Amino acid sequence: MSTERNYDEQLTVKFTYPMPYRWSVGEHGSVFFNEIKKNRRFVGVRCPSCGMVYVPPRRVCGPCFRELDEIVPLTDEGTIVAFSTVNYPFLDPATGVQRPIPYTYGYIRLDGADNIFSHIINETDVSKIQVGMKVKAVFREPEQMQGNIQDIKHFDIIG
Amino acid sequence: MSRPVGIVGTGQTDHKSHRPDVNGREMIREAVTRALEDAELSIKDIDAIVIGNMDHFESINYVDTWSVEGSGGVMKPIMKITTGGTTGATVALAAYYHVASGLFDRVLAIGWEKNSESDTTAAIITCSDPIWDRFSYSGAIPSLATEATAYMKQYGATQEDAALIAVRDRNNALNNPHAHLQRPITVDDVMNSPMLAYPIKLLDVCPRTDGACAVVFAADGVAQKLTKQPAWVKAGSVRHTFTWFGDSTDYDRGLVSLQRASAEAYKHAGITKPAEEIDVAELYLPYTYAGLKWIEDLGFCGKGEGAKFVREGNTDMNGKIPVNPSGGVISTNCIGATALLRVAEAAIQVMGKGGDRQVDGAKTALATGFGGCFWSDVVILGAQKP
Ligand SMILES: [Zn+2]
Repeated sequence: MSTERNYDEQLTVKFTYPMPYRWSVGEHGSVFFNEIKKNRRFVGVRCPSCGMVYVPPRRVCGPCFRELDEIVPLTDEGTIVAFSTVNYPFLDPATGVQRPIPYTYGYIRLDGADNIFSHIINETDVSKIQVGMKVKAVFREPEQMQGNIQDIKHFDIIG
Repeated sequence: MSRPVGIVGTGQTDHKSHRPDVNGREMIREAVTRALEDAELSIKDIDAIVIGNMDHFESINYVDTWSVEGSGGVMKPIMKITTGGTTGATVALAAYYHVASGLFDRVLAIGWEKNSESDTTAAIITCSDPIWDRFSYSGAIPSLATEATAYMKQYGATQEDAALIAVRDRNNALNNPHAHLQRPITVDDVMNSPMLAYPIKLLDVCPRTDGACAVVFAADGVAQKLTKQPAWVKAGSVRHTFTWFGDSTDYDRGLVSLQRASAEAYKHAGITKPAEEIDVAELYLPYTYAGLKWIEDLGFCGKGEGAKFVREGNTDMNGKIPVNPSGGVISTNCIGATALLRVAEAAIQVMGKGGDRQVDGAKTALATGFGGCFWSDVVILGAQKP
């Protein structure tokens, strides 16, 4: 804690320390990261009531409010549904430092899934990105994988 | 059954980007004092309080307790409600539920934020799922920008179309002495402002504001004694979508939460043609493209017709359904107070207290809240007791 000590101004007290947390990925989520490591592909989960295939897989379908257990294999490709290229600097609460910019935030419908997956698209020239383009996931090398979302490096535009 | 409830007083701070002269609870007290003055009440007359702000913003987690000196909540029933961007509208609805239930006669709703006390984007990122979404999510602006790219692709709307919304709201703000940004702008100003996250430029998006708002709700029988014209709650509706961004962003279907919430509220209020039957709307439009797209979801016009509807002047101060006489969110955004300001400004219109921003003869007013994963609150106020 520190105070900006200009007593002529109204004082403000500053706090800049990290606060650690630990979050459970869950059963189906763990399967998702294992599949990426072993087979370099995505998996989703199908709801037996409404038929929705969700990715990442989760234990409950929100609208149906029922348990899900049918894991569905998907590929590593999808389609851009929406995107934005971020140009402004901001503090990343995941790292505590400024996130590198520019980068492109993409909503991707993975082939075979019904909902949308959000990740990074490896292109920052907005004239080269269109809603509807096909993308393919680029993964980390297996020995560098850690079982988290960064095991997917980004998505490349493939057409 | 529930009993009728009316808004009998509103108060708000004079909104600014930074208020180093006050701490949060002192700032809250300014709004509360003004609301009590407006309702000609003292804090002793208040039976219960509902307060809200954004989680993680000021890093104060027990706001209900921490703020009692400012809220007036010492030894009163008080609770905190926080629902992201919709917080202010949810606080209003909770105060309404308190009174409508018959358990409390006079309830104070408070929303506040000191955006200057945190990194707004970092704080907003903590609303996203830490395992799946937080890595790529970058706060409100790019998330809204994705909606804009999908809308532009679907209906051919342009960046110039969107700029009209900023011009309308920022110029309306000149009539509101409380508004944060009080400089008129043009379409060229918007187009020439720096690109923050394609297609959103600096002037397409709301500012970060320090401010608070308070609204007094009173029961049928009590409200009429406090003011000649209460703003009666005709309907209130809340719809939340999903936790994961990818589940709530099927943009081709529109803003589904707002479609559902408004349809329910219109039904309760007996409204079948919103653009004809609503006199004024205070909409939570955090960025310009929402001013084109979300009025379609609200049924003011058909799908894909938002830009044309706005360009024809229908949402101007003298138009068919004036939108955001206060200057809206693009002019003032103290986030936890923002949706409550929509309700307060709608009440001000129905009570005829709008001064230079008054829409003549406003009898029915619509207020909305927007938050987080594309969810929506809707409140309809009217001059006639329901
Ligand atoms: Zn289902």
